[in-house]
Amino acid sequence: MNTFTYYPGCTLRTKAKDLDVYARSSAEALGITLEEPENWQCCGGAYTTAKDEIATKLSAVRTLNAAKEAGRPLITVCSACHNVIKQTNYDISNDEEMAAKVNNYLKLDEAYIGETTVYHYLEMLRDVVGFDNLKKKVVNSFKGKKIAAYYGCLLLRPSKALAMDDPENPSIMEDFIKAIGGTPVIYAQRNECCGGYITMEDKAQASKRSAKVMDSAQEQGADIIITACPLCLYNLKKNSGSDLPVYYFTELLAEALGLKEANNE
Amino acid sequence: MNNNLKEQVLRSSGVNVLKCMRCGKCSGTCPSYDEMEYHPHQFVYMVEKGDIETLMNSKSIYKCLTCFACVDRCPRNVEPAKVVEAVRLATIRKQGNNHLIADNIPEMLDEDLPQQAIVTAFRKYTK
Repeated sequence: MNTFTYYPGCTLRTKAKDLDVYARSSAEALGITLEEPENWQCCGGAYTTAKDEIATKLSAVRTLNAAKEAGRPLITVCSACHNVIKQTNYDISNDEEMAAKVNNYLKLDEAYIGETTVYHYLEMLRDVVGFDNLKKKVVNSFKGKKIAAYYGCLLLRPSKALAMDDPENPSIMEDFIKAIGGTPVIYAQRNECCGGYITMEDKAQASKRSAKVMDSAQEQGADIIITACPLCLYNLKKNSGSDLPVYYFTELLAEALGLKEANNE
Repeated sequence: MNNNLKEQVLRSSGVNVLKCMRCGKCSGTCPSYDEMEYHPHQFVYMVEKGDIETLMNSKSIYKCLTCFACVDRCPRNVEPAKVVEAVRLATIRKQGNNHLIADNIPEMLDEDLPQQAIVTAFRKYTK
């Protein structure tokens, strides 16, 4: 019933194990079954918007089709995977030429034209579990903690494809923070980019961007900042020069549900 | 002016540059503005004029973060980031023009660098 196809992505198997482990244990505690497809491939990290790029979009289509064949909605937790997969799904649903080229290449038993519903893990908490129900299951409340939600760019934009929340005044992460008992902190940079992959090209630019985000959250009195993205976590921790603690939202979720100690045993 | 290159960038990006009303909001909201020689609104304008090679040879094509701020905030739905992407592809698709070289990766690694950073940079900078 509440079973979903779960796509972890490359980084959740390696440098972002916390994001994955706590997502899985929390889902189980909330009555959600996550089933990982066999032989999934890395999504590529960034969606190539160019219309004459097809090969770079195929791995996301394979994941979407795996969920379709399993007859289940697809859940992602990493912001980048979520962004790539939702943009791919949007374009294959709305761009007939792209859909034709992709299907000509893949030769699936049945053409994939965007049938799968994609949820970010936060959307699953909001739309399937419900934040009110989540609240009832909290055993370790974050009462008194001022928590800044960092959306960055990938969770919300482009909004016509992501369709997750208001791209300029989002509330899904703040509602999550309230559900686990914390006090959300609203700050100007919460939906601006941390610098992302520019850390590979220009460290100074990544430092400048991520410092701006951290300073903005700190100025509004945040005790901690949360993210769904391994690259945001890296930039905010390593490149910002700030000591504001950064966590994956799933780690707070597992702690609120009383699962964190069990995971660490 | 190279009409063939202009045609390629327009087709690849899928953007109608004539929709731009030059309000500059894309550049105003761009987190890489200070790092760019040519800014998002200039990409749109210069592609319209067919001045593609100037953009292809500028480091600005590697400064876009693909954060989609300009795409979402453009009041005319021009989607400037898609133009930047198409120009960058026109450059890196040329033989020998990969901007990120695999052999140079090991020296960039640190123990916390997520795989996501590496695969994304490859997708953006290399063919």
